[in-house]
Amino acid sequence: MGIEVDIRRRLGEYELDMSFSENSKRIGVLGASGSGKSMMLKSIAGIELPDSGRIVLNDRGLYDSEKHIDIKPQKRNVGYLFQNYALFPTMTVVQNIAVGIRRPREEKAERISEMISKFQLTGLENRYPAELSGGQQQRTALARIMAYEPEAILLDEPFSALDSYLKDHMQAELMEMLSDFEGTVIMVSHSRDEIYRFSDTLLIVDQGRIMNHGRTKDIFSHPETRSAAMLTGCKNFSAADIIDAHTIFAKGWGITLKVKQEIPKDTHFIGYRAHQFEPIWGECTENCIKFNLSSRADLQFERNFYIKPECPEYSREAVITWYVQRDKWESLDKKGLPDFLRFREEDIMFLK
Amino acid sequence: MNELFSVLSGLDWSPLRISLKTGAAATFFCFFLGIFTAYKVMDMKPGKRAVIDGILTLPMVLPPTVAGFFLLLIFSKRRSIGIFLWETFDIKVVQSWLGCVIAAMVIAFPLMYRNARAAFELVDQNLIYAGRTLGMSEWEIFWRVIMPTAKPGIAGGTILTFARALGEYGATSMLAGNIPGKTATVSQRIAMVIQDQDYLTAGVWVAVVLFIAFMAVFAINIITGSSGKIRR
Repeated sequence: MGIEVDIRRRLGEYELDMSFSENSKRIGVLGASGSGKSMMLKSIAGIELPDSGRIVLNDRGLYDSEKHIDIKPQKRNVGYLFQNYALFPTMTVVQNIAVGIRRPREEKAERISEMISKFQLTGLENRYPAELSGGQQQRTALARIMAYEPEAILLDEPFSALDSYLKDHMQAELMEMLSDFEGTVIMVSHSRDEIYRFSDTLLIVDQGRIMNHGRTKDIFSHPETRSAAMLTGCKNFSAADIIDAHTIFAKGWGITLKVKQEIPKDTHFIGYRAHQFEPIWGECTENCIKFNLSSRADLQFERNFYIKPECPEYSREAVITWYVQRDKWESLDKKGLPDFLRFREEDIMFLK
Repeated sequence: MNELFSVLSGLDWSPLRISLKTGAAATFFCFFLGIFTAYKVMDMKPGKRAVIDGILTLPMVLPPTVAGFFLLLIFSKRRSIGIFLWETFDIKVVQSWLGCVIAAMVIAFPLMYRNARAAFELVDQNLIYAGRTLGMSEWEIFWRVIMPTAKPGIAGGTILTFARALGEYGATSMLAGNIPGKTATVSQRIAMVIQDQDYLTAGVWVAVVLFIAFMAVFAINIITGSSGKIRR
């Protein structure tokens, strides 16, 4: 059971080449736009055709270039939630939901009313999509998919069309609507919050390749690759040279970091999250960087400092981002800017 | 005033009948042909599509007399196709009402084809994909999703096609001639009476044409206006 994907396809300048096998029911795919994540989703649904490879869903071959299998999208039994929901504009809510129901007449009506009440569409039955709000449209689209009784549901950037207030509300709503769905759900997104909230398992996609594959929480805490770190929200990166097993030189910032743990041998970059710097006033001995403030931005719940390492050789291009949350402003207001920022050992990310 | 009454009472209304009949027949065939080719052309590869699209649009930009020239080349009873049609099926295109219909069809076809294509291209591709992933057959998708969504554009195209077919002059006069009661359409009749300096009769026909043309444009506005409600 589960899903198995191993596909290749030429995509503009690069080749999409993705392979994974996963039994988890809630899979997130995180990648920048144009990374090929949507193409992968469309290939599973049968809307796009890969050049070669195979796709297996719950032990059923959907696509296999060697065996010349290419099941029509109509027969794949995979629901697809489009970015713009793709509701049929000339059909009412009820007609939209009825489209995918393959049951005898009496059962059909019953199923429709079941979906209407489950997705809180009561009273909107005879409205056209253009007469619905964004949230109502999404619920209708989801009801239409659920009425079809698919084995898997694919969510293609489901919240990208919404403003941020609505987004938060609808993420929670979507999660609840999907909670009793027993099949596999794959959600593609470029938003780390959406993915973190939704998925048990995470795939990080970059330039048509899967860079990381693992438990969502693990990848967020230990991204391992630079692209994964970036997609999970890390702001500061520097190329790095290993000096010995416990010492590494961050070239971009001109600082030598000493750690107790053993540094992985394939480390080429160091990443450090903007929230995790420790401000130090006075003396600082290890893993500290002296800096000049370059600019700052005051937000409602956060202050962002953009700083340059004091060491003149490196200060030209390097900008380090340091975020301070509201509850820590007090000491900052009292003591002024710190003399140093310290890299905490447990927060340093060693990246491939 | 009396003059006008005498013109009206003595007027031979057959050109209007012939024009309407020609327009209706040409529109009927163009409707299906235009939609069908538009749908096929959309699925073609870009290079092939550009060539085919160019050929199909050509009658719209060429002088109708050039189209008439080609039609004569094809259907003349002194040439193979014309001879074949005449001898095998007893069909005569030149100097016949069928010639009126064919000339009008060729000239008006690009309007139907292009409008249908534009309407289809406006249909969000995701709707088609959604139909597929929901188990709808291609036939069902075409009739239940694409056609209803493209309906305003197609209706507009149909009306324009009818209006154009109704008023066709150049190709018709070359292929079908101007035989009173048989192939003499309104536009041909206008040209003819003008040659006789009969401005009053011409004026009556012009008024008729103006009225029909206005009604056509009015109908298009009604259709495209009312469809705004269901469109996003």
